[in-house]
This record gives sequence, structure tokens and C-alpha cells, in this order.
Amino acid sequence: MKAKLKLTLFSAVAAGLVSVPSFAQSPAEKVYIPHGKYDEFYAFLSGGFDGQVNVYGLPSGRHLKTIPVFSAYPMNGYGYSEETKAMLMTSHGWIPWGDSHHPELSQTNGVPDGRWLFINENNTPRVARIDLKTFETTEILEIPFSGGNHASTFITPDSKYITAATRFSVPIPQKDVPIAEYKKYFKGTLTFIRADKPGKMDIAFQILVPGYDYDLAHCGKGPSYGWCFFTSYNTEQAHTLLEINASMKDKDYIAAVNWKRAEQCIAEGKYKEVKTKYAHNYRPPEGDRIARTEWKTSVKWIIPKECPGVMYYLPTPKSPHGVDVSPDGKYIIGGGKLATVIPIHSFEKMINAIKNKQFAGEVEGIPILKYEAVNHCEVPNPCLGPLHTEFDGKGRAYTSCFISSDVVIYDYKKCKVLDRVPTYYSVGHLMIPGGDSAKPWGKYLLPMNKITKDVFLPTGPELPHAAQLYDISGSKPQFLLDMTELGEPHYAQAIPASILMKKSLKIFELDKNTHPYATKSEEAAKVVRKGNEVHIYMTAIRSHFTPDNIEGVKVGDTVYFHVTNIEQDWDIPHGFAVLGANTSNLLIMPGETLTLKWTPKEPGVYPFYCTDFCSALHQEMQGYIRVSPKGANVPIKYGTGEEMHVVK
Amino acid sequence: MSWISRGLIALASIIMIGIYFKPLWEITLYAPQYKEGLKMIIWVNKITGGTPHDLRNINLLNHYVGMKKIDPNAIPELKILPVIFGFMIFLGFLTAATGNTKLLYAWAILIIIIGIASLADFWWWEYDYGHNLNPHAPIKIPGMAYQPPMFGCKNLLNFRACAFPSTGTYLLAVSGTLGVISAVIEFFRRRKTQ
Ligand SMILES: [Cu+2]
Repeated sequence: MKAKLKLTLFSAVAAGLVSVPSFAQSPAEKVYIPHGKYDEFYAFLSGGFDGQVNVYGLPSGRHLKTIPVFSAYPMNGYGYSEETKAMLMTSHGWIPWGDSHHPELSQTNGVPDGRWLFINENNTPRVARIDLKTFETTEILEIPFSGGNHASTFITPDSKYITAATRFSVPIPQKDVPIAEYKKYFKGTLTFIRADKPGKMDIAFQILVPGYDYDLAHCGKGPSYGWCFFTSYNTEQAHTLLEINASMKDKDYIAAVNWKRAEQCIAEGKYKEVKTKYAHNYRPPEGDRIARTEWKTSVKWIIPKECPGVMYYLPTPKSPHGVDVSPDGKYIIGGGKLATVIPIHSFEKMINAIKNKQFAGEVEGIPILKYEAVNHCEVPNPCLGPLHTEFDGKGRAYTSCFISSDVVIYDYKKCKVLDRVPTYYSVGHLMIPGGDSAKPWGKYLLPMNKITKDVFLPTGPELPHAAQLYDISGSKPQFLLDMTELGEPHYAQAIPASILMKKSLKIFELDKNTHPYATKSEEAAKVVRKGNEVHIYMTAIRSHFTPDNIEGVKVGDTVYFHVTNIEQDWDIPHGFAVLGANTSNLLIMPGETLTLKWTPKEPGVYPFYCTDFCSALHQEMQGYIRVSPKGANVPIKYGTGEEMHVVK
Repeated sequence: MSWISRGLIALASIIMIGIYFKPLWEITLYAPQYKEGLKMIIWVNKITGGTPHDLRNINLLNHYVGMKKIDPNAIPELKILPVIFGFMIFLGFLTAATGNTKLLYAWAILIIIIGIASLADFWWWEYDYGHNLNPHAPIKIPGMAYQPPMFGCKNLLNFRACAFPSTGTYLLAVSGTLGVISAVIEFFRRRKTQ
């Protein structure tokens, strides 16, 4: 009797000890960041149709910053200032909006290194580089011969390439054809972009592929280094009512691309150089910081038939969305939106199947491998609508399931479901910090929802998008937090704050500012007329502009306010806005020069002011610019304080 | 002069060379938005900031209350002091070399005078910066002066200003003490032999 009691007591204590580590703190305690402490991770969520990247702290879920990438952003003048306008240039002209989908952190040896963040734009096919020293977009490359850049930006473990693949097949090159002749004319492209040279992002090559829809991608690592995998749907090649017509086949394909082989073909001249025109926009992260557009005029095409071994198709059920490579690089998991199983392919089996020519057929010279020959296993009864998989680095895979609104957790080697957690309405992608890399920081899980419903205070017909944060460090996932999101995030990446914080830039060194219109001291401020252009060399410092009185501008002039923030202290930006401006304000960082173009239309005296509350006397940080009628003979006059300089 | 006294004055002179390489005084301004502190470091021949831009930022903040711009080029002490200490080092070595007791006494008296004068000058300099305010300053608080402390901490509006001597001053103190000890030893030795 006593022995039994002892055993019971012992078991109870033991069970208590085991469960203590993960549940010792309540969810509220786990996400609470006390004053003076930082979040452990930076999470970068794509803004979807807001064309931006939104940065959150984890585990607090606090929104830290919005980084404008493909959309003009009035808050800081991105896309409006003369220094950033060129970032939004494309072959279709200046485009102030984009649809951003999949952020990807740069990697070294398969591990996120915190140098850059890449992100794609679907609607006007583009990719961008964000410099993580400043959290600013420094480079945007347009992708020609693409109908929608969806399977992008997924990276090779050495950051050599990022991928881009067309979501919508289109006539390539574009031409006027009947849509009903889709099968005859429509093609897709898989693009490899050289990404490891900042300022020199370039299309290395494109592979011309059958006219399917290409959805997502991931590149191999470890044993599968040298390969990238792209999902495709609509292998039926439907062009109308895809909902039904693209859901006919049991299996679509994952395209396995051997980019090492592609490099060989390029070196051997097995490619076609095609003429086209696309934009490469670059804003130097230091120096003059003026974005420029360089027009590129050709790309190299690889035709799979002419470069045997560059590409194979892996049959995968059914309209697959995600394709995800395990941290060890040995397994490739497909997420079939309409599939009832989760297929896991084995890289080793794939290589053997290629060696033994276990082909089930061929499309346009691309061998189709036998499903049974490449498949490692099918996870049975996982969930409904599996989409995307991330890994925790401890042998577990986490797949989001849109239709059943949950995340299924399984042992991908043993093909065994371990657990599942709800996602409170229609999950899309999910994210584990480093969860698509070789070394996940498998502490948190963040499923991102497409539909929110009654989780938050209602805000009219449109609710905020949502995400749920789980602690996955223990034996059982613990729900921590509901997060609201900006735009419609598709995917996210996260990295420990400790990696980024030491790289973070505080100010731009005024001494290193080589902007041609930089004004480095108040004494150097001036106003210069050049025909009917008036250039104002202006400084901003707490709490005044120099000059703050300007006369001699006339209707019909184009006025350029070149404002240099001559502060050299952290987080002291100054803003600049002028009455009647058709663009936005400027937000000028310490040591930086930005230019606002202004064309006054009526005579009068117009106020300008600092828009960022910078000091006790911020409200006093203002000035006037006088505009005289066309042909008036008011001389250029400017100054701050008593003395006015007159320019004859 | 005994070998001990000559050795001590020589050592005092060697130590004094250190003040060309180490700062004399540090004044740090703390505020909620400057947790790490804005630092002003005073050397024998220059004034620098804790970071390359601290001095610029201190000046920027000071302008609200109308304090003068701290411009190291406009501070004559920074040109005179290196020469004075150079002379003292030279004099110290000369004393050690010649063993001349009168030179030793002169050195000891001079260093005491220089020490006191430097501190007085520093205090006056701080007084001037803190009191000599632009009458058109944006922020004027009746009766308020902004003289930083010489030693210790003091609240100045939203800042807590702390000032402490730095390595150079300690070196100087050690050097001066050694020199004075040397002079005292000689003084008593003379009295005994007379
Ligand atoms: Cu301001």
C-alpha cells in the first residue's frame, strides 16, 4: 500500500517536472517584452497587395516598421523623392504599386546571415533586395518574359541565385494571339537571378518551359545543392475557368532544375540570346544615394531539349502549392492544394531514377520521372488542402492546411503524424524562424491566415489579416498570440535580432554624403536659378531650416528642394513638406539629402515645414517661399535670420 | 641630491609624458533619450566626443538654452597646456640629470601652482559656459545656469551631467606627488646635513 502511494507520488512529481519547462510561463508572460528588453526575433512579413515588407518583433508581435519596396510610400517619400523615384521604374513605365509575396533572407552555408532580404513582386514581375543595415530597398530587377512572378524569391544556400518563375504563362515573346490557342502559343519561364553581388543583380538565365502555371519553389541544400524545385499546376493547360479545368489531373508536376547543369550549358554556348528590355534599379546604400535605372537589353534562354539533364518533372498530387526541402536537403515535400495526402519525395531516389531512366513520359524534351520511383512516402490523412511546409530542425515538418484550417505536425522521415494545431480560419503560408534553411531556430511557429473572421474587433467589411504565434520549443505546441498584419502577407522570414542588431546603421555620415546637391553646413546653403529651374540647397537641423525665407521663384518654375539633414544623432530625422505639393513629404535621415520637386501654379507665399516632430521647437521649424507671377523681376533672395542673400 | 630624489623626479617626468596619450577629464550627459550618455572628453590639447558626433550633438542641444558653441580651436588653454607640461617634463629631466636642488624646488612649487591654476581655470571655463548665455535663447528659465559639475553629478534641466577626472589627471597627480616627495626628501636631507 505504502509502496503504491510512493510510486504515485513519484510519478506525479516526475510528470510535473516534465511538463514544467514548456508551460512554466503563461502565454502572456512569454510574449510580454518588458521595457528596455528587445524581442528575440525580427520577422519580415510580405505585405501582399500593399507591395511592402512589414517587420514585426517576435514573440511580442509588435509592428516595428514597414519597408516600402514595390509601392510608393508617402510616409517617407519613397517613390516620390527624386532620389527614390527610379526604384519604381519598369519597362511599362513608372509603377507605384506591387503585389509582394515571398521574402527570403540571404544565406551563407544554408543559414540566414542577415545581409539582405529579397522579395518578389507578382503583378509586374520584379525582385528586390533590401539592405538589412538600413532596412531600405536598395535594388529592384524586372523580369522579362514572365506573366506574373510568383515562384520567387527562393535562394540557393550560398545566396548565388534567387529564383523567379512565371505564375501565368503567356505568349513568349508577347504577341497578339487568340486566347483559345493557349496550348499552341503560351509558355512559361523559370528564371535564375544572380543575387550575391549587391548593385549587380542580374538575370543569369531563363529556362523556357511548357505553358503551365508555376507556383512556388525551393532550392536544394546539402546533398541536393545544385538543384531547385518549382511546383506547377494547370498542367491541363486550361485557359478559362481554371477552378474546374485546371483541377482535372490527379497529378501535376514539381519541376526539378539542375542549375549546375544549366551553368554548364551556358558555358558551352547551349543557349539563345534574346533581345528584350527590362529595368535594373539601384540605389547606392551610401554616397549620393540616388537611385538610377539601367536598361538591360537581353537574356539567355535555355531550351530544356537543347540542354539535356537540366530539368525533370516529378509527378505530384494535386495542384501543388508549396515545395519544401528538409534541412538536411534529402526530402522534398509537395503541398497539393487538392490532395488528400502529403507526398514526400526523396532526393536520393530522384537521382537514382534519373540514372536508371525510370521515366513515365516526356513533355517538350523534359523527362517525367515515375512517381513510385521518386516518392519516399505519402503522409496518410494529414489534413485538407495542404499548402506549405516548414521545419523545426528537430525532425518535424509543419504543413499548413487551408481547407481544414490547421497545421499538421509530422515526422517526415517516418511519415507519421504527431500532432496538429488549429489556425482560426484559413491558413496560407506558415513560418518558423529559419524554417526553410539548413538550421532552423525552431522556437516559434507563425501560421499566417488568409481570412480572419471574428478574432478581432470588427473594423467594417474588411477585417485585418491575422497570424497566430505558437511556442514549439516544448513537446507540445503552445498557443501564444493572435497578431494582426498589414496587407495580405503571403510568407515570412525571421532571424534572431542578435544577428541584425550589430549591423544596424545609426546615421549616414555627413562627410561621406556625395549627393551633388548636399549642403553640409548652414553657411553653404544657397538658392541657384538655372533657367526656369530653381535649386534650393537647404539644411535641416533642430529646429530650423536654412534658408527659411526664399523669394524670387516664379510661376512656371520647377523648384527643387534639396534638403540635407545635417544632424549626426540617432533617430533625429527631419521631415519636409510644402503647401500644394503633388507628391508627398520627405523624411530625411541624419546625414542624408533628399529632393522634393515642386511646381507652384499660382503667385503667393507658401509655407513649408518639418513633418516629423523633431524637438521642443518642432512647431517652429517652418519657413516661407514666395512665388511671383511669370515674368516678375523679383530677384532670388534667401536667408535665415536677419541677413538675406540677394542673387543677381 | 640623492640618487633616490633624482630617480623620483625622473620617474615623475616619465609619468607626466602619459598625459599626452590619456584624457584629463570626462563630462557625460545622460537623459532618457541618451541612455548611453553624450560624452565630452577633455585632453591636454583637444576636446573630443565619446563618439565622433557627440560634441556636435552636445552643441546642438546647448543652443536651446543659449550656451556658446564648444569649439576646441577657440580654447587657448588647449594650446598653452601642452607647452607648459612639455616644459615641466624637460625641467624634471634636467633636474634629474644635474641634481640641482634649486631646480627641484622650483619644479615642485611650479607643479603645485600649475595644478591649482588648471583646476581654477577649468572651473572658470565651466562657469563661463554655463552662465554666459545668449539673451535670445529659445529656452530661458529664470535663475537657471548650466555650469556643469567639476566633480560628481548634477541635474541640468532634462540632463544629468556627471564629471570626473580621467586617467591623465591621475597620472598628473602621481607625477606631481612623486616630484613633491622628491623635493621634501631633499629638503629634510639638507636640514639634517646643515
Ligand atoms: Cu524637424
